[in-house]
Amino acid sequence: MIDFEKVKLKVNDKEITIGCVLESNGSTANLKTGAWRSKRPVVDFDKCIGCGTCWMLCPEGCISKREDGKFEIDLDYCKGCGICANECPVKCIKMIMEEK
Amino acid sequence: MEASHAISEAVKLAEPGVIAAYPITPQTHIVERISEYVANGETGSEYIRVESEFSAISACLGASATGVRSYTATASQGLALMFEILFIVSGMRLPVCMTLANRAMSAPISIWNDHQDSISARDVGWIQFYAENAQECYDLTLMQFKVSEDHRVLLPSMVCMDGFVLTHLYESMNTYAKEDVDEFLPAYKPLHAVLDPKQPMTQGPIGFPSEYMELRKSQVDATENSIEVIEEVFKEFSERFPVEINGSRPELYSMVEEYRTDDAEIIFVAMGSICGQIKVVVDKLREKGERVGLAKIVVYRPFPKEALKKALKNARRVAVLERAVSPGANPPVFDEIRSLFYDERKRPDIRDFIVGIGGRDVKLDHVEKMHEMTKKDRGKKVEWMF
Amino acid sequence: MAIMGLPEEEYFSYGHRACAGCGAATALRLITKAAGRNSILVESTGCIEVVSTPYPETAWKLPWIHGAFENAASIASGIEAALKYSGENTKVIAIGGDGATYDIGFGHLSGAFERGHDFTYICYDNEAYMNTGIQRSGSTPYGAYTTTSPSGKKSIGKEEWKKDLVHILAAHGSPYVANASIGYATDAFKKLKTAIETEGPTFVNLFATCPTGWRSATEKSIEIAKLAVDTGVCPLYEIIDGKHKLGRPKDIDKLKPLEEYLKLQGRYRHLFRPEKNKETIEFMENRVRKNLENLLKYEECGL
Repeated sequence: MIDFEKVKLKVNDKEITIGCVLESNGSTANLKTGAWRSKRPVVDFDKCIGCGTCWMLCPEGCISKREDGKFEIDLDYCKGCGICANECPVKCIKMIMEEK
Repeated sequence: MEASHAISEAVKLAEPGVIAAYPITPQTHIVERISEYVANGETGSEYIRVESEFSAISACLGASATGVRSYTATASQGLALMFEILFIVSGMRLPVCMTLANRAMSAPISIWNDHQDSISARDVGWIQFYAENAQECYDLTLMQFKVSEDHRVLLPSMVCMDGFVLTHLYESMNTYAKEDVDEFLPAYKPLHAVLDPKQPMTQGPIGFPSEYMELRKSQVDATENSIEVIEEVFKEFSERFPVEINGSRPELYSMVEEYRTDDAEIIFVAMGSICGQIKVVVDKLREKGERVGLAKIVVYRPFPKEALKKALKNARRVAVLERAVSPGANPPVFDEIRSLFYDERKRPDIRDFIVGIGGRDVKLDHVEKMHEMTKKDRGKKVEWMF
Repeated sequence: MAIMGLPEEEYFSYGHRACAGCGAATALRLITKAAGRNSILVESTGCIEVVSTPYPETAWKLPWIHGAFENAASIASGIEAALKYSGENTKVIAIGGDGATYDIGFGHLSGAFERGHDFTYICYDNEAYMNTGIQRSGSTPYGAYTTTSPSGKKSIGKEEWKKDLVHILAAHGSPYVANASIGYATDAFKKLKTAIETEGPTFVNLFATCPTGWRSATEKSIEIAKLAVDTGVCPLYEIIDGKHKLGRPKDIDKLKPLEEYLKLQGRYRHLFRPEKNKETIEFMENRVRKNLENLLKYEECGL
């Protein structure tokens, strides 16, 4: 088994890893790409039928199923592309301008 | 045994999980023999008959990254085709092992021997060993796996053997029992890199300017560290497998083999099979009372700075026999040896002979002539010996 | 848990640096879901490699390796052989953009298919070198503007037809090759899963919109990918053990007009300005139709 602690070393006081390997842990989540957004999706949960189309097509994978079966968008990561709003079969998502 | 078959035999003993190779003259005897082992069920290695050398080194990269030992063999144009991936393998710190049948670079196309191919690859981050004869081909192959896979090293390595002069040379030599080799060379245990769903990892990410320099420095540090490991492995090997055929190899392997250098005024420096001829000439000249010796570079990368300084420091004159060129600059080995002495107060006069390019014969009287020219300080600093 | 027949679990994390509306990012979510936990991904240099692994971060939650641009199929060959040697039964999935797949890595891909390694190669096909800034590739379609096939007084954009890679790979004797589109995502998911589960070298060309390179609106990525299918530009089909099976378009006499597809993309804008280039559009329509007719013929003849 790989001991990820043993793979670490320090050069110039910077922590790096042998052969620049990383644990596949989805750590890009450290960067909240929601800051890139110029338009924001707003879901009308009364209209949402919980089909999952938005979830399946979102390039970010930042849409998740709520306990009530409807889908919510994590605005920390949503880049505001608008695919969800365009594809929603019941048109329950609206894109509105972000306020700066 | 033919030196190529000695390599195949050593590879069989090391049993890489994956061998991937593409045929190229004069490496073919190595891979043909390995194919026979596979066909006869004499080895458990998976052998991939790839469609190019580029693919060969890439497959080795993949196998090594998965966590198994991997091996390839090539020559000249094949090495050049691999060039991009040579950097990637060392940067990812994957201990891929290779045999390079040294051959001149095109154009004009040549199948014959010199060192232009491996010397061009001196900066790719691979450890480079140079063999003088069949026994050394065999021994260095067994040792290269151990050095490359050491957790203090984790770097790829190539054993360079002169094309035809060695690849097609039959010599009596000594082989070792599988159980003794297994004891010397246990299975590869990955430290940093596997591809395994039970411990998912990312290999080969993009390095931004904020980290790239530190990552490269760590690789350079590992190459420096390998000197200690190489010396350890040489010593262990030499003790476990003592010389059985006199003169077939040094009693104690070292990064620089010193041959009759003790009181030598003139010392030749060379790598590979040509050292055999030089030794004969050294013996002959010694009989005539000439104080002459040879410093044979066995490991060229990492460059054995200390060992070379020690070997050459008392010489009056040093003659480098160089089998590569660097158009527009001094030949590489010559320059590197000269720079060793830049800060020294006492330094030998160092000159360079470009010899045996594109398979041109280097005969005994050639070597004698170079001795004569060195002794009498005749000719240019860098002399082409046609 | 499954949603729309797809596993809920994500193996490609948000926070990746893909452009907004990136079709390839959606493609990778589909691919990783089809692959599942017991798999190894081999990635070519390209957009997805760059956006997913800004050291020291990684978007992946699976074993993932990137070596170089052209050699994903060869690295995958080495991994497959290593797994065989170790007696492991893990799926190996190589992924590349169209530049890596159609052009620079073509020899590697052909070699790996000829040798018959048990792996799947998936091309996220966005029809140009997008990572380097929208340059023409062997997959760029006829008439499309790229930075190295610009339209001009003497040019309509790219002047050559797209390479038919799916059939070239089928000709290697692959047990399963398919053409899919993120516009029909559940269909694409099924094809990906079939390819991954089929033993031997298998291939899926996955058509994926690039709003940056195609000069299209980010919200239209799926709509465009769907229109590509409905106009016949990107037919959905499989070749299973050498036999064609055409999925969509269902009726080639009821194709949507090609213009509907072209007009949504800035890369075809020159075909409509200053006036409509009827000749070129008709030529494209005819060739699309001919291609569909061929596919139908193959299917009818049991080829």
